[in-house]
Amino acid sequence: MSITQILFWFLSILTIFSALMVITRKNPVYSVLWLIITFIAISGHYILLNAQFLAVVNVIVYAGAIMVLFLFVIMLMNLDADAEQTKNKWLQLAGVVAGGCLLLILVAALKGAENQAKTVEMGTGSIGLIENLGQVLFKQYILPFEISSVLFLSAMVGAVVIGKKN
Amino acid sequence: MPINYYIFLGVILFCIGVTGVLTRRNAIIIFMCIELMLNAVNLLLVAFSKMHHAIAAANQGAATTVGTEGQLFVFFIMVVAAAEVSVGLAIIVMMYRNTHSVDVNFLNRLKH
Repeated sequence: MSITQILFWFLSILTIFSALMVITRKNPVYSVLWLIITFIAISGHYILLNAQFLAVVNVIVYAGAIMVLFLFVIMLMNLDADAEQTKNKWLQLAGVVAGGCLLLILVAALKGAENQAKTVEMGTGSIGLIENLGQVLFKQYILPFEISSVLFLSAMVGAVVIGKKN
Repeated sequence: MPINYYIFLGVILFCIGVTGVLTRRNAIIIFMCIELMLNAVNLLLVAFSKMHHAIAAANQGAATTVGTEGQLFVFFIMVVAAAEVSVGLAIIVMMYRNTHSVDVNFLNRLKH
C-alpha cells in the first residue's frame, strides 16, 4: 500500500468513527467537538485530492467559524447533559433501521454502476489550487459571487431580527 | 483511488446524518447532522471533479481546467451553509427563549 492509500483509509475510518460519535454522544458539547474532528478529517481528504483551497476554507469556515457559533449557542443555553429526556426506544430503533435501509439501498444501487474503472487523481492536477479557482470565480462566476454577498446581508439582517428581544 | 470508494464514503456519511436527524431530539444536534450531510455531498462533489479532471487530462493534456466548476460549487455550498447556520441558530435561540428547551418535541403546537 502506498502512503496515499494508507492516509485515505485512515482518514475514512476517522471520518466515519467521529461522525458516529457525533450522533451517539449525550452531551451536545462532545458532539460539537467530534464534529470538528469530522470536518478536519474531511479537510484531510481535500488535501489528498489536491483541493487545497477547499481544504483551507473548510477548516476556516466550518471547523473555525460555524462550530464556534454552535459551541457559543450551546454554552449560552447552559443545557444539562441529561436534559434530553429518554424517549420511546422503538422510535429510536425505527430511526436507525430507516437510516440503515437508506444506506443499504444506496450501496446496492451504486455497487453495480458503470464507473468501476474510473479513478480519482490524487495529489496531482492544479484545478484545486487557488490560482485556477480565483481565475474562474472572478471571471466566469462573478455574478453568483456578488449575489452571495446579498445572501449574506439578508442572512445577517434575518439573524438580528429573529434574535432580538421583542 | 477508485471513485467507488469516495461514493461509498459519501453515502455512509450521508446516512449517518440521516440517522442522526431521525433519532435525536435536540434541535442543535439535528442541525449538526444537517451540516454532516452537506459535508458528505461536498466531499463527493470534489471527488467527482477530480475524476472528470483525470479523464479530461488523459484526453486533452494536463493543462485542461475541466472539473473546476465542481469545486466552485462546493465553495458556494459552504457560503450558503454559513448563512443558513446563522439564521438557524438564531431561530434555535429564540425557541429556547420561548420554551426553555431545545427539544423538538415541544414544537408540535402547530399540529393542534
